[in-house]
Amino acid sequence: MRAFTGERAARRGPMLVGGALLLLLAAPLYLGSYWTSTLILVFFYAYTGQCWNILGGYAGQVSLGHAAFLGIGAYTSTALFMFAGLTPWLGMLAGGVLAALLGLCIGFVSFRFHIRGAYFILITLAFAEIFHLLALHLESLGGAQGLFVPFTGASWAKMQFKGNTNYYYVALALLVVITLVARALERSKLGLYLVAIREDEDASRALGVNTMRCKLAATAISAFFTALAGAFYSNYFFYIHPDEVLDVELSVDILLRPIVGGAGTLFGPIVGSFILTPLAELSRAYFSKEGLIGTHLIIYGLLLIAVVLFFPRGVAPYLARLVAGKRTS
Amino acid sequence: MTLYVQAILNGILVGGVYGLVAIGLSLIFGVMKIINFAHGEMLVLAMYLSFFLFTLLGIDPYMSLFVCAVAAFILGYGVQRFLVNRILHVPEEMQVLLMLGVALVLQNATLVAWGPNFRAAQTRYSLSTVWLGPLVMDVPRLVAFVLALALALLLYLFLRRTELGTTIRAAADNRDGAVLIGLDVRRIYAFSFGLGAACVGAAGSIILPFLPMSPYSALSFTLTSFIVVILGGMGSFLGVLVGGLFVGVAENLGAVVLTSSSKYIFSYALLILVMVLRPQGIFRGRSG
Amino acid sequence: MVILQVEKVAKRFGGLLAVDDVSFSLDEGEILGLIGPNGAGKTTLFNLLTGFLQPESGRIHFRGADITRLPPHAICRLGMVRTFQIVRPFLRLSVLENVVVAALLRTNAMAAARRQAEDLLTFVGLEARRHTPAATLTLPDRKRLELGRALATQPRLLMLDEVMAGLTPTESDRFLGLIRQVNQRGVTVLLIEHVMRAVMALSHRVLVLNYGELIAAGSPAAVVRDRQVIEAYLGEDYAYAGTVREGNPGPPGEPTQDHGASAPERR
Repeated sequence: MRAFTGERAARRGPMLVGGALLLLLAAPLYLGSYWTSTLILVFFYAYTGQCWNILGGYAGQVSLGHAAFLGIGAYTSTALFMFAGLTPWLGMLAGGVLAALLGLCIGFVSFRFHIRGAYFILITLAFAEIFHLLALHLESLGGAQGLFVPFTGASWAKMQFKGNTNYYYVALALLVVITLVARALERSKLGLYLVAIREDEDASRALGVNTMRCKLAATAISAFFTALAGAFYSNYFFYIHPDEVLDVELSVDILLRPIVGGAGTLFGPIVGSFILTPLAELSRAYFSKEGLIGTHLIIYGLLLIAVVLFFPRGVAPYLARLVAGKRTS
Repeated sequence: MTLYVQAILNGILVGGVYGLVAIGLSLIFGVMKIINFAHGEMLVLAMYLSFFLFTLLGIDPYMSLFVCAVAAFILGYGVQRFLVNRILHVPEEMQVLLMLGVALVLQNATLVAWGPNFRAAQTRYSLSTVWLGPLVMDVPRLVAFVLALALALLLYLFLRRTELGTTIRAAADNRDGAVLIGLDVRRIYAFSFGLGAACVGAAGSIILPFLPMSPYSALSFTLTSFIVVILGGMGSFLGVLVGGLFVGVAENLGAVVLTSSSKYIFSYALLILVMVLRPQGIFRGRSG
Repeated sequence: MVILQVEKVAKRFGGLLAVDDVSFSLDEGEILGLIGPNGAGKTTLFNLLTGFLQPESGRIHFRGADITRLPPHAICRLGMVRTFQIVRPFLRLSVLENVVVAALLRTNAMAAARRQAEDLLTFVGLEARRHTPAATLTLPDRKRLELGRALATQPRLLMLDEVMAGLTPTESDRFLGLIRQVNQRGVTVLLIEHVMRAVMALSHRVLVLNYGELIAAGSPAAVVRDRQVIEAYLGEDYAYAGTVREGNPGPPGEPTQDHGASAPERR
């Protein structure tokens, strides 16, 4: 982490980040609708990647079930909006709290029984699939029909807009917030504890770290923020379906960006999303036109293999070294 | 009552095949400590191979069993030789991500090649049955059960009685020790992965006459194998076979009691339960 | 004043009795050496005392409190810390961060933890390397880090599991000095050690464990003359005490000394 970035990076870093942010703030003014919507997805997956990274990257508990948290966020805020008229901004938080509670349950079951590593991947996948199947059969929430969110006119209070410029700024704001959260976490006691747990759980316990509590905290934080993305999703697409917001494929989508970019690094999920999301969108659009559904997933698979083989720590550390002006490690 | 006995019988028959598939997973895990996330995908791929050998060339699935086993062996050997052998010392979650990548590639390659629809092979014995008093047994399921057990026995004898089998077991017990006495561990690993995959390849042919397949079937096969292996306990050949029977019976009984949709929920719940209650099974030595 | 009281603690793995009704107590300020052949159950005993394993029977009291069923982190908080036989640094954290993790046990303030960690790194002689990743440290340096990290939790009782194994004599002499200094600051020390020279030089008292049983206890000089101890180490053939010279009891340590940090840990 700190070892990757030299002093020159420390000086260049903030300038680079500030410049990029300014550029992104102005982007909708000179980009067309297509690229704006692509960037919205880039932010969206960068955001979910940051959320995943708190648990999967810093704490090293790789989850393949984050779709469950996102789906709960999407369904909670949508249901509260449709059936109780609650503004999605509050529905978002309600979904976050529910997801955090669910995260605590999943986490407790897993950590209590010492489920780690590969088995944590398996158990989170199983939990998420249960929610996926439940949602498919819950007729009151649309079941296999999905839920259409009624458009009731553009309004900030309802997080419904015409065109995508406002969504763009909401997504960007979410990304900035989660990045600040991750940065604060990185420098906090909890953050350092999480990394220590990732590096060696037993050694951490021997040094007085309550690893159970730390891992639960990471799960809850990660789940809470992931659910906010779900609320954004339903307000942006006006439609949610269990096969979209609760599917394994989404869990893979969420985990892939930070893994490619660099798990456990601040900019890993963002870098990963800027590389992967446009690529995925392009290939999805291109190949589905050819009737070849699934091709973008082949590309995902190949990327995953390539990253594990050649960049096991992701590409962000290499970029950081470039920024720092160092040629080799 | 007959309904339940019938369900148990069906469960036992299909459970034999689950056992064979899970033995493949267990072998791969036992030797390399690698979790083959692409296990179900390999099974589906073998089913497609067997399917096309049958529909295009008219080769009976029971005949193409060996072709499929060999093809799967080559695939497994290649995966270990060119991918997994390069990352033996990275954290296990990274190894799983690699296998997840392999699974994504295999699953979606089948999807792109043959589309998402279910296909079934109509052999002339696909629908034939034997009556056992009030109970009915599908012939293909019965054959599958017998073949699966026979192949499992063959593998068992291979691991116990041959020099190569002993070598594999030695490498499984103690990697460093195997290196010390001059074994080419990487070759043994590739061979073991191939062998584990061959179990799956053979199983693909065996179940083709009575089970339709689609690229999306893979995940549930993978999960079922995990349930069986975790339940049966790692390294216990017999345990995995019994685990296969148990899961087969549980699933079929579940299908009687539950609606077909909640059947899957039941499977996932079973997986979680098994992981939580049997941490000594497959996890031993890994979770401290 | 007794700081640690162990009463009839037992643990078995499968059929094997790894620790068999072991009882002993430790006085505040003492340095107690725990020796025994490989597989005697020393590390298992450490794991039992520090909450990494639960004993089947027996009680453990630390500073008056019953800690028998407490989890490791709670035991550490009470002031009892252990190191690992195979050192376990957080490889991707810097040397300083490694120690900060431990120092955060007693403070929530990053700055305070950092200051304390820097002091400890100076104490163990790693201050020059504080910003390098722990993964780049040599074995002796990793052992220093292990010690520094343990001290950062501000222990009353420091439990060292073979900190000197694999070190050159010069290096282990430096370690001896460090441990003595720690002890002089009022920290009680319990050490498992194969390097006999170190045990003899440091310990006020020595316990000998064999097949999970305590077979001898007493002053270092008395223990090495004990016939049972010599048998346990060298087999019955060597049990003529004539070869063991008082004051420089070399032989018992030698046969096992090469089982340093490179040997896989038994669990």
